[in-house]
Parts: sequence; C-alpha cells; structure tokens
Amino acid sequence: MTELINEIITRLANAAPIIRLLVVIAIIIVSSVIVLAVALLYEGLATYAERKVAGDIQARIGPNRVGPYGLLQFVADGVKLLLKEDIIPFYADKWLFIIAPYIVFTASFAAFVPLSYSEHIYIANLNVGVLYILAISSVVSMAILMGAWGSNNKWSLFGGMRAVAQIVSYEIPTVLSLLAAIIIPASLNMRDIIAYQSGGLGIFRWLIFNNPFTFFAFFIYFIASIAEVNRTPFDIPEAESEIVAGYHTEYTGMRFAFFFMAEYGDMFVVSALATTLFLGGWQIPFIGNIVMPIWLKDILEVAVFFGKVFLLIYIMMWIRWTLPRLRVDQLMELCWKYLTPFAFFNLIGASVWVLLLHGKGVYDIITGLFVH
Amino acid sequence: MVNVDERFMEVSMGPQHPSTHGVLRLLVRTDGEVLTAARPYIGYLHRALEKIAERVTYPQFTPFTDRLDYLASMNCNLAYAMTVEKLLNIEIPRRAQIIRVIMAELNRISSHLIAFGSFSSDMGAFTPFLFGIREREFINDLFEMTCGSRLTYNYIRIGGVSKDLPEGFIDKAKEFLDYFPGKLKEYNELLSYNAIFIKRLANIAVITPEDALDYGVTGPNLRASGIKWDLRREEPYLIYNELDFDIPIGRGEMGTVGDAWDRYMMRIYEMEQSTKIVKQCLDMLAPGDYTAKVPKVLKPPAGEVYVRAENPRGELGFYLISDGSTKPYRLKIRAPSFANLSILPKLAKGVMIADLIAIIGSLDIILPEIDR
Repeated sequence: MTELINEIITRLANAAPIIRLLVVIAIIIVSSVIVLAVALLYEGLATYAERKVAGDIQARIGPNRVGPYGLLQFVADGVKLLLKEDIIPFYADKWLFIIAPYIVFTASFAAFVPLSYSEHIYIANLNVGVLYILAISSVVSMAILMGAWGSNNKWSLFGGMRAVAQIVSYEIPTVLSLLAAIIIPASLNMRDIIAYQSGGLGIFRWLIFNNPFTFFAFFIYFIASIAEVNRTPFDIPEAESEIVAGYHTEYTGMRFAFFFMAEYGDMFVVSALATTLFLGGWQIPFIGNIVMPIWLKDILEVAVFFGKVFLLIYIMMWIRWTLPRLRVDQLMELCWKYLTPFAFFNLIGASVWVLLLHGKGVYDIITGLFVH
Repeated sequence: MVNVDERFMEVSMGPQHPSTHGVLRLLVRTDGEVLTAARPYIGYLHRALEKIAERVTYPQFTPFTDRLDYLASMNCNLAYAMTVEKLLNIEIPRRAQIIRVIMAELNRISSHLIAFGSFSSDMGAFTPFLFGIREREFINDLFEMTCGSRLTYNYIRIGGVSKDLPEGFIDKAKEFLDYFPGKLKEYNELLSYNAIFIKRLANIAVITPEDALDYGVTGPNLRASGIKWDLRREEPYLIYNELDFDIPIGRGEMGTVGDAWDRYMMRIYEMEQSTKIVKQCLDMLAPGDYTAKVPKVLKPPAGEVYVRAENPRGELGFYLISDGSTKPYRLKIRAPSFANLSILPKLAKGVMIADLIAIIGSLDIILPEIDR
C-alpha cells in the first residue's frame, strides 16, 4: 500500500503544488476511511462474537434473528443507537461531556495505525510504533475521567476514578513486560520486531519462546492488558452491579456506542500488540520458505495475524464470562504487589539473558548445538 | 439549613440500582470507596397487603400471599394455609401433606437457585446466573404441569392443595432430582470454590451468633452463623418429622463463621438437602385425598393464632386474629427479609462499595416481602 502511494506521489512530481496537496489529502482521507471501515466492521463482528461466545458459555443461543445466524445484529444495534435520543444531563459540564467519547474513540483507533498486518499491508511504518501505541492508548484514561467528571453523576465519578487508578497502575506491568520482549530485537518498530521472529518453523523464534523471562512476560502482559481494557475480572470501572455503569452511566445513543466501540478497539490493539511482540505477528507457522505468489502470501499472513489476535480476544471473552470480579483494593494489590515486581524481575532477567547470550533465544542455542 | 459534612459523599443507591434486588434504596455515605454508613429506605413496593387481608375473605387472601415472596410463592401459600387451618382446626389428608412438602421443597430449590444466580451476577460473574435459571426452568415446568402457573401459583389452599398431582409428574420430578446434584457440583466448581470469589467473600460482613439472634435474623443467614435452628426440625409441621435430612450450618470453611461465603454456601447445601427431601416424599406418595373437606364459606371461631414456617429466606410468620366473621380481623405478617435487612446498617459500616453489594446479595433479601 505504501509503495502504491509513493508511486502516485512521485508521478505527480511535475503537477502543480496545489494538486499535489489535494492528492495527498485525498489519499489520507481515503486510507483513513478504509481503515475506519475495516475497524468498524471488526467492532461489529467482535460484539457479535462476544454475544455468541457468551451465549455458548451460558447455555443459550445468542443473537440469531437479524441476517444469517444473526450476523447482522450489530447493524441493527448500530441503527438503534443512532436513533436513540441523545440526552445531555442538565447539570453536566457540556463541553467535557460531549468531547470525551470522541477522544476515547479517536485514541482507541489511532492505535490501529502502526500495526503491521502483513509484510506489505500496514498503514504507517513508525520507528517508535510500540511507544506510540502505549502513549496514545493512555489518552483514553484522561478522556474517561473527562466524561466521568463531565456527567456530574456520582456513579460516573466513582467509575472515572476507578478507571484512571486502574489504567495508570496497570500501565506499569504492561510496559515492563513489553520491555522484556523489546530488548531482544532492540527496536520499537513493529515490522522490525516481526521480521526478527522469522525462521524456526515460524514458531520457535517467537519472542515468547526466546527465553523463560519473555515467556512469563507474555502472561504478565496479557493479565495486565485485560485490566487495561476494563474487562472482567478487572471490569471495576464499569462494574454494573456496583456502580451502575461507571463512567458511561449518563451516556446514551451514539455517544455510549463510542465508549463501547473503543473498548473493543482496545481489545484488538492489546491483542495485536501481544501478537506482534510475543507471538510472531504475521509469521506463518510451519510454512517455512515455500515459494508462493506475493498476494497469496499477504492474504495468508493477514489471516494468520488476525487468527492469532482473535484467539487472544476469544480468551479474553472466555475469561470474562467465567470469572467473578475482583474488588478495587484487591485489584491494586494484584498490580502493585505481584505483577509489577514480577515484571521488574522479568525485565532484569531478560536483560541479563540478552547481555550474556547476545540475544540468542532458546531455539538458537539448541540448533547451535547441533550445528557444531 | 441543611448540614452537609464535606468529608463524605452521600450517594443514593437505588431504588433503580441494578443490584439492590428490586426497589431497595440505600442512602450511602462514602469516603472515597469506603462506606461510613448505609441506611436502607423501604416502602417503594408497599401494597398494604395487611390491610387488604382485612377486606377479603380467608380463601381470597391466598393469591395475595403469592406476592409476598414471589420467588417462593408455594412456601408463602403454605404458611398462610397452615395459619387458617390451625384457626379452623382442620385435619389435612396425608397425601395433601406430602404434596405440600414436595412443592415447598421444590420451591425452596428454585428460590435458592435465584439467590445463587443473582448473587453471582452481583459478584460480576454473569454465567452462573443463567445456569441457575436453566435449572429453575425444570421446576417451573413441574409447577406449570401441576397448577398452570410459573411464578404465582396459588396452589396450596386452605385444606389441602387445589388439584391432585398431574400424570407424569413423579417421573419428571425424579428425572430432575437425578439431574440436579450434578449441576450443583458444577456450580461449586464454577463459582463456590473460585479463588476470586472466595477472596471477595471470606471474612466479609461477619454476623456473629449473638448479633444474629439480637436482630432476629432467620433462615440460611442464621444457620450460616453457626446456630442450628430450622423450624422444620424445631417445630415440625406437615410430615417433616418423618423425613431424613440434615440442617447444614456455617463452619467458617473459608474464613470466619457467619461470613458472606458461609451465607452463600448455606444455600447450596440446602438445595442438596431439599433434593433429598423431595426424593423421599415422592417415594412416600400413596393414593388419597388431595384436600380436606372444607366448607364453602369459612367462618373460623373468634380467636388468634400465630403460625410460622421455614421459608427459603427465613421464618415467615402469620399472626391472625379472627372475630368470627368471614374476614380476618387483623393479619400481621412477619417477613423474614425485613428482619434480615435490619442488620444491614450494622454490617455496612467501614466496608467498601463492592462489599455492600456482597452483603445485600448474601443476605438474599426480597423487597415485596419487606414492603408488603
């Protein structure tokens, strides 16, 4: 995609500056719309999947009325939410109240940008991709607090305070466990990280198998990321049975839908980050160096990438519909007393490993034994 | 001039809060997440049932008792029928007595299933709720076969029951009794012994035996505090003295005797015992009358009686004064949930908001009975 855009821009080298500007703007708009459309389709299907998974776990059927197998349920939901009355509470801080869902939504979607979906399909090739995602997804906590405070509702305020405390706390184990993986390819670029994990039958050079520390780091990251996307057992900010609906208590219609979609967007982003950093991104397992057309390879890679991401998302759903919720103080205890120290230990361990073995993974060492 | 203490935030929890089990309103004073006081306000469901009783004839009041504890209508029917029968001095045929015990115990199971389910969803685990509903459906089907209703049965009437057991009831009931214990095991695996669940409930909101007696707490909540008091044993009515069943009491398996976990677990144990009772009763069933000969117009002699029965939520008592006419002179209802709720302000001091939900859920109150 990037090559195509580059080619268009180079061909327009002789055109008038204003036309070039317009073309660039058009390209930005078109590509954003494509990304947004794909992302929205994903959101819709994710809500459908969530409801089907929940139905399956809870011994019921789930949506099956709209479209084949209820697949179009999310369209019906979307239309319903659009047609709902948009209520802004009289005593709300209108500016904060209105702007908060957009920020949440934007921040959640901006995190889709540096992801690499296959060798040739990516939106932006950022050299600080991981850092960018971590930074932009932190904006969500600010926007949640804006919405919670702006609602002028006590339950919302509870939810907002809980959300900020939780997201900010869990950012630390998240980042520490990601660092344990990042120091091996020594890059923050998504594509570099994935490229580093090639070879080894497409599985054994994944960073999760690189050394014991990254193996644990993956699980720490996964637990912490569930907390970051506010899902059971860490769904304390929106704990329905405790604080009604948390920070989005007062939101209706499409504004509520923005919060809702952002949650699914966040789920995708944290799962994609885990896939990229630990599970080899779009590296196709067991294929090796079989020659095939580029388009086929790209399709396969995209399928593999999404397959891995959806597996992680499925696990999140599975956990959500199985476990009860922790209490606020227990949640913080888990973060500060267990996850953070473990993540620190892991980081130190991984650093020592890299230093002593020059970044060689377990697989490299074992195969190295046979070569000699 | 209103005195506002600025150190605390007063939140009105309910009557539309998701987990106040109906229309309970709690005025909660919080210091951050910690409660300093919680005061229940009741009466949102007041229907003046006691006054209505004075305006309708004795048999006409039976359907109103369905609306006392609507999750255990059979038990409420039973207690009322026994009250009037005691006043009239009617002897109940043996078959009717056995049918009554079967219905009361089946209803106890279905009521505890809802208690179990709604408590689990209060704790953030939504799946067990639907599991509970699934099993309750069997019992509802059995009741529907028998009397045509699925919630408000009006089946146990003064003098006996309204109809004999339908054909196929015994087989279907036996099928359920064979199926149900396996499901109880599933509940235990899924929820009761879940680490998070235990962490949330052990040592929370301990009711000491002295407190339980002082506040008039009855039913599973009293037994969870380690006091072996069950009217089915202490003042056996119907055929309970011929039946073999245990009275489970709280033993503090996960923490202190009388904590929230113990109260929750009492219900699971009681469901086991009720299964046992129904099984025995089904074997005892012999042909006979399903109702005694009761005159068309009931004119009990002047006098007063107090009859209490062991309901799923505690002791339901009816204090009935008759002036010799066709209508009660006065009917006082002693609702178990009312007494059980009275201990809430004491328990809710210094706990967190999430614990308050656990307390309400573990006390298993039901509002129509409290408000009457």
